[in-house]
Order: sequence, then C-alpha cells, then structure tokens
Amino acid sequence: MDASNYLYISALLFTIGAVGVVVRRNAIVVFMCIELMLNAANLSFVTFSRINGNLDGQVMAFFTMVVAACEVVVGLAIIVAIYRSRRSASVDDASLLKR
Amino acid sequence: MQLALEVGQTATPEAVMFWILGPLAVLAALGMLLVKKAVHSAILMAFVMVVLAVFYIAQDAVFLGIVQVVVYTGAVMMLFLFILMLVGVDSSDSLTETIRGLRPIAITAAIGFGGLMVSLLGRATLGRDAIGLSAANADGNVEGIGYLLFSRFVWPFEVISALLITAALGAMVLAHQPRSSKKTTQRQQSINRFRGESIATAAGLPAPGVYARHNAVDVPALLPDGTPAPNSVNASLKARGDMLDSNTFDLKKISTQVEEEK
Repeated sequence: MDASNYLYISALLFTIGAVGVVVRRNAIVVFMCIELMLNAANLSFVTFSRINGNLDGQVMAFFTMVVAACEVVVGLAIIVAIYRSRRSASVDDASLLKR
Repeated sequence: MQLALEVGQTATPEAVMFWILGPLAVLAALGMLLVKKAVHSAILMAFVMVVLAVFYIAQDAVFLGIVQVVVYTGAVMMLFLFILMLVGVDSSDSLTETIRGLRPIAITAAIGFGGLMVSLLGRATLGRDAIGLSAANADGNVEGIGYLLFSRFVWPFEVISALLITAALGAMVLAHQPRSSKKTTQRQQSINRFRGESIATAAGLPAPGVYARHNAVDVPALLPDGTPAPNSVNASLKARGDMLDSNTFDLKKISTQVEEEK
C-alpha cells in the first residue's frame, strides 16, 4: 500500500464536504461539511509530512485545528443569533439582502 | 509505535486498517449528506473524525491523533450537538431542493472536481520514495512538534493564540442579548400586587385543588362560592390541555349509596 492512498481519501472527503455545503439547507449541517473539508485538508498535511519526512505538515495541521475551532465557535454563535431573530436555522431564510 | 516499517511501501497491518476504515469513512461522509436529521449527520461526522484520528496515529502523527479525538470528537462535535439541541428541529432538515436544478449541477461539479483531484494525484510523481517520519520522530513526536512550535513557528503560534481569544470574545458578543425590558425588582412586584388592577391577587394565587380522594396540581381549586378557579393551575399545564374539570369531583354526581350488607 502506498502512502498516497491517504491523499485519495482526503480528496474524496473534501469533495463530499463541498457537495454538502452546496446541497444541504440546515446551517448546522453546512457547518459540519465545512469541518469535513478542513479535516480532509488536515489528512493531506499529515500525509505529506510523512512523505517529506519532516514535521512541518503536522504543525500546519495543528494550526488548522485551532483555526477550525475558532471558526466553529464564531459560526455557531452566528447561527444562534440568526435563529433568535428569524426562528429558523435554514440558510435559505437569511435572504434579507436579496429583497 | 512504528507502523510504517518500510518507507513508501507500508506494512500489511496498516494496509488492512486502511482498506477497512477508509471506505467506512467515505460511506459515513456520504451518509452525512443523505440522512435527513441533523443529529444523525453529527453522529456520522464524529465517526469520520475518529477514523481520521486513527489515520493520523497510523501515520506517526500520534500527537495530532490524540488532539483530533480530544478537540474534534470531544469539544467541537459536542458543541455542534449542543447547538442542535438548542435550535431544535425545523423545516430546514428536509432534503427537498429549494433552488431548481441545484442538485444535478452540484453533483456534476463534484464528480468533475473529485475526478480532477484523483487523476492529478494518480499522475503526480515525487521522483523519489516517501521518506517516512522515523528520523523526524527520533526524539518522540510530541517533542518534535513542540520544538518546531517554539522555534520556527513561535510567531504564528502567538498569533493563533490571539485569534483564539478574539474568537471567544466574538462568540460572547454575538450570543449576548440585551434585555428587552427592565427587570422588575421584588419591591416593584410587591407594589404591583397591591396597587394593581385588582386586590384579588394580593395574597397570591390560589393553590390548585386538593380533595380528600384526589390530590393533584391539574385540578383547579374551588372558590368559596363553589366555582372553579382556573388561575390556580400552572399556565404550562393549561397550555398543554392537561387541566382537569373540577366538576368531575362534584359530590352530587358520585354515588354515595352504600349497599346494605345482609
């Protein structure tokens, strides 16, 4: 088995996450799909770290995790704020700028 | 733990682990898109994250594997579930497409993108074998990452700590909601009770009914003139329709005749 098999899995997970962001309507599920994409990128970092034989990729993955945690905290706070004002967690309902 | 015995070509146990867990992870990620309930999506997502943690550990990234379990499946997914419980289930959980033709376009684009990535990876060659982390992890994985974090990456590390604090503050500001009305003090409540529209509530609301043969909070109390007092029953019980009619306990309707023993 080649180490680059992990890269294929990473590409597949990233694609699935991207489809989820476009297709799903529930804002929380959309957020989870974004998390999936970040995780897929992390898997790539770790695999490249192994292929290149240094730990820089792992440090980058660590930074990505921290940024993802920040993003989740702020994003979920935004979802709660939107839910309070509009009584809905659907991404289609927050379309005030369109009208 | 040294799972990658040979560099480039990895050992059989890792291959077995990969070909079992890899397809499962992809299936779980696909299921995330297809299941209707957001809670089920969250559970599948947690599974994908655990599988990724196993992949990290198998690739000599022990520290990241543990952090993945603690931070993602532990903190982030629990936060997701917490917000799911807070927001509840609504119409946005349905899978009907609201923008016509969005789904075919999305799937076509995804197949194109995924095919591009996979074929790109298939054609790319490194020109050498993969090196493996046995040299870089010679002092231990945690020590190696710690050394990098506090030497070459110390400035990004500090910046990211500032980002974390900013995010925490931002979340507090976003989730904070000022009171729409002033909070009434106990003194104000007392004044309202005695100087309000009627003095009838001055002694507090009547307690729900207590009968000799029935003691329950869902039965209205009887006023001195015999009429039931609906405001003696908790408002949420009334809203749920769980309030009993006190007429059912009217003595006149209960048979009081005792059959004579012979």
